[in-house]
Amino acid sequence: MIPSLPRPWWLRLATVLFVLAFLLFLFMPLATVAAFAFNDAPYPAPPWQGFTLDWFIGNESLGRTGLFRDEELLGSILTSLFVASWVTLLSIVIGTTNAFLMERMRFRGQSLLSLLMLVPLVIPGVILGISILAFASRVADLLGDLFGWEVEFLRPGLPLVVLGQVSYLIAIATLTISARLKRFDRTLEEAAYNLGASRLAVLGTITLPYLRPALIGSAAIVFLMSFENFNTTLMLVGADSPLTVMMYGRMRDGATPVLNAVSVFLMVASAALALLLMRGDDRRRN
Amino acid sequence: MTEARTRSSHYLLLWLLLAPALLWLFGLIVLPHLDLALLSFRERTGPGEYVFGLEQYRTFFAEPLYWDVFVRTAVVSLVATALTLLLAFPIAWTIAKLTRGRLSALLFAVCLIPFWVSETVRTLGWMILLRETGVLPGLLVTLGLTDAPVEMLYHDATILVGLVYTSLLFMVVPLYGSLESLDDSLIEAAYDLGGNGWTVLRTVVIPHALPGITAGCIVVFMLTLGNYLTASLLGGKNSLWFTEQIYTQFITRFNWEQGAAFGFLLLALSSVMVWIGLRLSGQRFADVMSRT
Repeated sequence: MIPSLPRPWWLRLATVLFVLAFLLFLFMPLATVAAFAFNDAPYPAPPWQGFTLDWFIGNESLGRTGLFRDEELLGSILTSLFVASWVTLLSIVIGTTNAFLMERMRFRGQSLLSLLMLVPLVIPGVILGISILAFASRVADLLGDLFGWEVEFLRPGLPLVVLGQVSYLIAIATLTISARLKRFDRTLEEAAYNLGASRLAVLGTITLPYLRPALIGSAAIVFLMSFENFNTTLMLVGADSPLTVMMYGRMRDGATPVLNAVSVFLMVASAALALLLMRGDDRRRN
Repeated sequence: MTEARTRSSHYLLLWLLLAPALLWLFGLIVLPHLDLALLSFRERTGPGEYVFGLEQYRTFFAEPLYWDVFVRTAVVSLVATALTLLLAFPIAWTIAKLTRGRLSALLFAVCLIPFWVSETVRTLGWMILLRETGVLPGLLVTLGLTDAPVEMLYHDATILVGLVYTSLLFMVVPLYGSLESLDDSLIEAAYDLGGNGWTVLRTVVIPHALPGITAGCIVVFMLTLGNYLTASLLGGKNSLWFTEQIYTQFITRFNWEQGAAFGFLLLALSSVMVWIGLRLSGQRFADVMSRT
C-alpha cells in the first residue's frame, strides 16, 4: 500500500477477501477439469468414485480408451504441433524482417504501413478465417480456369489453417521484436563496423544475439496462441482436425474423461513452457 | 560510383524487407477482405450466374432472427466488457498499488496462469461445473439451497460468466501496465489536498489509466464479439450468437454470399465500436494497441 495513506481494517479485509474470491473464480474450472481426469466414472461428473489412471492408459475390460491409446486424439495433437511449428517459424521470420523494416528503414508510406500492421489485431478471428477461405478459393478457381491447375493447398486444410493463424500472429511477433530492436544501442554495431566486420557478421554476432530474448519470447507466445487457436482454425479446417477443433466436436457430443486427461496433459505442457521461459529470464538477468 | 552502389544496395534491402510485409498485409488481410466485400454484394441469378446487388443485406434486415441475434451479440458483448472491467480493475489496482515486491509479482503471475491453458480446456471446466449433473448444482443440493439439481448451463448469465472469464487476461494486463506507471505521490498529493477515495479515483487514477482502460475494453469487446467457442458451448443450441450465424451460412449451408455479408456486418460493428471507444477516451489507435 502507498504507505502514508491510512486504510481502515474493514477495507483491508475486503481487499483480501476479494482477491481470494477472484483466485477461486480463476482456478475453479481448471482444478475441476484436472480432478475429473482421475475419477473412476464413465462421465466427468460428480460424485467422486475413486482414483484411476484409466483415462490416461485405458482399460479394456471396462471399454475405456485412455489418452495414450486414443489415436484420433493423439493424431490431432500431432496436427496441432505441426501447424504451430510452421506458424511460429513464419511469424518469427516475417516479424523480424518487419521489425528491421520499421525500425531501420525510412520510406514513404511508412506510418500508414505501421498502422496497417496493427489492423489484424482488431479483426475478429472468425472474419479472418472466412475472408481467407473465400479469397483462397477464388484464387484456386481462377488458377483452375486459366491454367487448368488443381491447387490443393488453397482448399480448406492445414496449409490454409497455417495462413489463417499467421495472418494475425505476425502482428504480435512484429510488435514484440520491434519493441526490443527500438531499444538497441546502435553504437555497438558501429563499433563492430569500425573493427572491420561485414554486415552479415554484425547481424549474426551483435544484433541477432541482442534480439534473442524477444525472438524466444515471441516464439513461445505465438506457438501457444497457434496451438490454442480455435476461431480462425474452425473456418479453414479440412479433413485433419487440430486438437482444439477435435475437442470442441467431442465436447458437443458429451465426451468421456479422456478430454480431461488431454487437458491435464496440456496444463503440464504449458506449465513446463512457462517455467522454461522464466528460467531463461532469470539466467539472463544474473 | 560507390555512392550509387550503396544507394542501390539500400533499395535492394528495402525491397527485400518490404516484400514479406506486403505479401502478408495484402495477401492475407487487404485482398481477402476486399474479396469478402465483393462476395457480400453478389446475387445469384442462376447456376454460376451472379449480378451485383444488395440482396444479402436486404435479407439481414428483413429477417428478424438475424437482426435480433446481431443486436443481442452486440449488447451481451458490451455487458461482458463492462463486467470484465469492473472485475479486473480492483485486481489490477491491488497488484499495482496495494502489494509490493515479491507478493505483487507472484499475484500477477498467478492471475496469468489460467490463460496459458487453452480456452477449450477452460470451457470444459465450466461445463463440468455448471451442467445439471455437475459440481455446483450438486453442491447447492447438498447445502440444501435447492431441492433438485438445477441446470446452470445454457443461460445468458452462463455465457456472460464464460466470456468474462476468458477475457480477464486481456483486461488485467493493460490495466496493470497503466496503473503501475502512476506515481504514488500523485495519489498522496490528491489526498493531502482533501480528496476522498472517490474523487481521487475519478480525477487522478482513471484519467491516468485511460489508455490502459481503452486498450483493454477494445480488445475484450472485439474478442467477445468474435467468440464462437464459449458462446456455443456454454449457450448451447440456443445461444444465438452472431458468429454462429456466420458459421452456419459459410460451412453448413454453403451460402458464402450471405455469410460474407454477415461477416462484414460484424466487422463493421467491431470497427465502429473501436472507433467510438477511441473517440470517447481521446486516444490514438497506435498508442492504444502498443499497450496490449
